[in-house]
Amino acid sequence: MSAMFPWRRLLVWSATAAVMIVAPLVFTQGFAVSMLSQMGIAIIFALSYNMLLGQTGMLSFGHAVYFGLGAFFAAHALNAIGANTLGWPVSLLPLIGGAAGLVFGVIFGYITTKHSGTPFAMISLGIAEMVAACSLMFPSFFGGEGGISTDRVVGKAVMGIDFGPSIQVYYLIAAWCFVCMIAMFALTQTPLGRMANAVRDNPERARFVGYNPTRVRFLMLSLAGFFAGVAGALEVINFELITAERLGTVASGNVLLMAFIGGIGHFYGPIIGAVLVTFLQSALSNYTQAWLLYFGLFFLVMILFAPGGIASLLTLHKPAVQTRTLGRLLLPYAGAAAAAAVLMLGLVALVEMLYHLETKAEQVGTVMSLFGRQMDTATAQPWIVAAGILVVGGVLLAFVARFVRSGWAHVTVAVNRAKGI
Amino acid sequence: MEFFLVTLLNSLSYGLLLFMLSSGLTLIFSMMGVLNFAHASFYMLGAYFAYQTSTYVGFWPALVIAPLVVAGLGAITERYGLRTVHKYGHVAELLFTFGLAYIIEEVVHLIWGRAPVPYRIPEILDFSAFSIFSTQYPAYRVFMMLISVAMLVALYLVLTRTRIGMIIQASLSHPDMVQALGHNVPTVFMLVFAGGAALAGLAGVIGGNAFVTEPGMAVSVGTIVFVVVVFGGMGSLAGAFIASLIIGAVQTFSVAFDYSLLSLFGTIGIKVNTESGWMELWKVTIAQAAPVLPYLLMVAMLIVRPKGLMGTREG
Repeated sequence: MSAMFPWRRLLVWSATAAVMIVAPLVFTQGFAVSMLSQMGIAIIFALSYNMLLGQTGMLSFGHAVYFGLGAFFAAHALNAIGANTLGWPVSLLPLIGGAAGLVFGVIFGYITTKHSGTPFAMISLGIAEMVAACSLMFPSFFGGEGGISTDRVVGKAVMGIDFGPSIQVYYLIAAWCFVCMIAMFALTQTPLGRMANAVRDNPERARFVGYNPTRVRFLMLSLAGFFAGVAGALEVINFELITAERLGTVASGNVLLMAFIGGIGHFYGPIIGAVLVTFLQSALSNYTQAWLLYFGLFFLVMILFAPGGIASLLTLHKPAVQTRTLGRLLLPYAGAAAAAAVLMLGLVALVEMLYHLETKAEQVGTVMSLFGRQMDTATAQPWIVAAGILVVGGVLLAFVARFVRSGWAHVTVAVNRAKGI
Repeated sequence: MEFFLVTLLNSLSYGLLLFMLSSGLTLIFSMMGVLNFAHASFYMLGAYFAYQTSTYVGFWPALVIAPLVVAGLGAITERYGLRTVHKYGHVAELLFTFGLAYIIEEVVHLIWGRAPVPYRIPEILDFSAFSIFSTQYPAYRVFMMLISVAMLVALYLVLTRTRIGMIIQASLSHPDMVQALGHNVPTVFMLVFAGGAALAGLAGVIGGNAFVTEPGMAVSVGTIVFVVVVFGGMGSLAGAFIASLIIGAVQTFSVAFDYSLLSLFGTIGIKVNTESGWMELWKVTIAQAAPVLPYLLMVAMLIVRPKGLMGTREG
């Protein structure tokens, strides 16, 4: 039905745009706008990462290099605009960041894309470490430990917009995010995007139909570098500061987690991942020191039980919705959620008590408040209770899993009947 | 001369330590096609376990216990982690080990804190073995080299002279055939993984107190080990050995040299404009550039010879 006008696609994109416009009007707290801005940046970055991992099958551990280098060039450009040595509108600054990302994508892509699979992954890590080590050697460009700070309110205000208030910055980021989303989606529909999928699935056959897999990987990496650079420049506008740790391996690992948790097999997966991970990181880091540990465990559980990410969990239930059997799953799911909550309660209690004993006990004593209760971590009782809750949760979860399985068996029967099998 | 000899010995002991890590990584990689991101984390765990054990029973039992515990953890990782994600492909396996490295680091934070732990070399080895001109050479470094070499000889003998070594070698190239002959290949995989982890753990036991035992040690050594494996050629033990010694020498020697491009220009008589923006680049000394050198070597090797020093496969 390619000749038909793609109404459905238009509807989805319009809805996306509407959500992005309305979001800051609904969430009006001070930190909400800043978080939404970060989500917009993370979406561009995660989608550009998925051009490599999801679409071309290149597992990169160094994607933050392009983000960070784009950001540093953008920061210096912004300073030059402020010093009146460069005439360039601030709203188009992401183009400068993108160009820098593209240039470094071309340079490093030339070296790295001769490889694929695991060697590519290791080399991307080596390049990331090299750039990170270099960033400490050249303080005049990377600003050493303190980074490069800038001021986004420069030049003449266009129609009263000078990017002083953060809401204006949000709409700038949202606009760029929307444009980049459409551009990256459009790219998946081009011959290059299709060949990238072919190279991911079977490079040998891709070569047989007359395409050079190395060339396809190189082009995809360069373009992904461009979009990462755009995201980096937006980060500079948002925070007015960029430090060398934004191009380090931790940042690279972070974008990998976002894309993977969201789901690398679907175009919209990394969007979900970027929104969820950004939210979790700022929400969890307010409450607990151990958030990195929880986050790592969450990631490991996703790999073990849902390697397709959240997006694939959603599409998994499509047949159940179509055959109207989703109701059979709701009750087992509710039970599983309750059991998982018990398990997590025990785990969180254990981890928090350990952290308290390890880091705070010397200053404030061994008594801590957890879930609104006072407990002494020096005594055995809270540990036994927490471990007990953990075990009970595990047993409950194993028990409920049977009902989930039988619910799914029912759905499968219904789906097969609908297919006429 | 004195400086050269001492640094050479230091680089040798460090290079051998790197090989203990990269050999396990290479074996696991060529057998299962899995690049174990958590390999350096096992190294770190080896050091921390040895520290903890040595506070109770002393260094010598720790030398045996810590690698065995790490081997056990490695076996569990393979059996209940990697084997579960194996059906989702290599990317999922790699990401699993990546996530595991993440968690191990956090758990180390949780149990031992963020500061380095006082894991010291045992008193009985805390003397100078011999002197080179005026420099006293520490006995512990000699001990490190002895342990590494003994381990390597043992590894070589096990792989080439024993029955299990033959099965491992056969499983590398023809796992289906070995399975058909009645051997339990998944168990062999688990053993190799545990063995590689034990080697990493042992490297941690003897390296942790020679250098420093802190939560960042896995990341700093891990990336160097990756560089070694890429430089030497993926899946080649001999390549990993040579690369370990080269990278070890580069890292050890480079910190000691204070030359920069500027001093080179001075020697060959090129005048440099001191106002130019490139001054910062010309002024960088080799010692300052030391952290970058291994990666530069790797990139240079990839441009000249993409499959690495002795690698057999490309891409």
